[in-house]
Amino acid sequence: MEKGIITVVGADQVGIIAGVCTFLAKHEVNILDISQTIIEGYFNMMMVVDINNIKDDFGSVSKEMEEYGDELGVIIKLQHENIFHQMHRV
Amino acid sequence: MINIFEVNETNKMIEQENLDVRTITLGISLLSCMDGDVDVVCQNIYNKITTYAKDLVSTGNDIEKKYGIPIVNKRISVTPIGFVGASCCKTTDDFVKIAKVLDRCAKETGVNFIGGYSAIVSKGMTPAEELLIRSIPEAMKVTNNVCSSVNVGSSKTGINMDAVKLMGEIIKQTAQYTKDNDSIGCAKLVVLCNAPDDNPFMAGAFHGVSEADCIINVGVSGPGVVKNAIATAKGKDFGELCEIIKKTAFKITRVGQLVAYEASKALDIPFGIIDLSLAPTPAVGDSIADCLEGMGLESVGAPGTTAALAILNDHVKKGGVMASSRVGGLSGAFIPVSEDQGMIDAVNRGALTLEKLEAMTCVCSVGLDMIAIPGNTSNTILSGIIADEMAIGMINQKTTAVRIIPVIGKDVGEIVEFGGLLGYAPIMPVNKFECAEFINRGGSIPAPIHSFKN
Repeated sequence: MEKGIITVVGADQVGIIAGVCTFLAKHEVNILDISQTIIEGYFNMMMVVDINNIKDDFGSVSKEMEEYGDELGVIIKLQHENIFHQMHRV
Repeated sequence: MINIFEVNETNKMIEQENLDVRTITLGISLLSCMDGDVDVVCQNIYNKITTYAKDLVSTGNDIEKKYGIPIVNKRISVTPIGFVGASCCKTTDDFVKIAKVLDRCAKETGVNFIGGYSAIVSKGMTPAEELLIRSIPEAMKVTNNVCSSVNVGSSKTGINMDAVKLMGEIIKQTAQYTKDNDSIGCAKLVVLCNAPDDNPFMAGAFHGVSEADCIINVGVSGPGVVKNAIATAKGKDFGELCEIIKKTAFKITRVGQLVAYEASKALDIPFGIIDLSLAPTPAVGDSIADCLEGMGLESVGAPGTTAALAILNDHVKKGGVMASSRVGGLSGAFIPVSEDQGMIDAVNRGALTLEKLEAMTCVCSVGLDMIAIPGNTSNTILSGIIADEMAIGMINQKTTAVRIIPVIGKDVGEIVEFGGLLGYAPIMPVNKFECAEFINRGGSIPAPIHSFKN
């Protein structure tokens, strides 16, 4: 299964998780895991998602997510998991 | 399982510390384009490059989006044109014709540089190679995206001093031909000793004759990341400092390996090498000088600088070789002046001289790079600077290079602006004592004793 990693960072507010989840459902992206902390006063969420059934291509969904983040006032990134595996695992 | 801290660390490296993949360079062999007629050769070259490289830029952009890592440059390197043009070029104009075709290919495929307007003359020059070298000033004037290099020596063959003498004249002429543009032609021209066949970094990139028909080479970079890692080692001993650099280089190189693998798969072109160089940019924080100063130097150029650079260079390699299955090119730390804000500052405050830079090239990955000097420097002094640098490479069995810019009409204390990634540079003083009698001897310096390894 190919996985994507979503990170959301920004000032905390109502509706961030709800918004992101709705966005993902619309694109047929299944959420596998969510972890969320407050780091240095910032809302900080990481999601692991299943990207096998993703509608459209990965790049354009990633770009749309970023734009959606701008609307919400937080930074959202969707990246393929491999970059983290490569960097942090021998 | 990946955790949030690792993800944040990666993204912090990308967003705040300028981690990027500096270049995906597609190496293309042009040996199959040879013909007796220069127009046919030009057509063949155009067809081959635009076919092979048509998806290069878009593939790079896709990978960028997939992993969220910037891939700054997409480039092409080709077989040294000195070989390719040998069958058909009778005049320097014939070679310039090929340069123009390369320029057109760069524009149409959307890459920012195409390297390989080159000659390999370490032991001797063929008439075609001499013609190519003599055509460089005109070629650099009439093209924007073509890079040129001349390999004038190696540890196996010695140094071709006729070529060294000629390159002094060619560099000066190139400066004159592009004098309205602050002699920018010289920024696209490099003289090398022990040039590798698989270097993805300009201006010295070419696709060596030992390479396959088409290959993907990737150059990674990230001095900002290394600088921040070094900052965490403040006050710690050298063992710990080295360990930190090594671990960071590992992470950086892994990103390059991933990008190389993806690009190779998407374009269906075999993966060549990762060049795990630390190449700075003029952006603040993306500086080799900052890495060195972070180790405890008041300024680059201070006593201790060469040792600090040796540590950096060696541990970048040690971390990198573990991270990638195939490492090559010029792997190590680049020390250009104009492209590195910290170096520029060091020159301005009088801490860094040409002589110290030369000493530093003994332990860096390339050599004298992007150094602006007075436009009235004589041809023979330019050749003398080249000869010194080539000797360092030949004796120490490493790649060395000279990319020096005599800025016509400007003198010490003035500033020259190249723009973009090439940055800006203060004009540095050069030792004015002549070496003309030495350079004018002609012939070649024989290979050193340790060349007999067979």
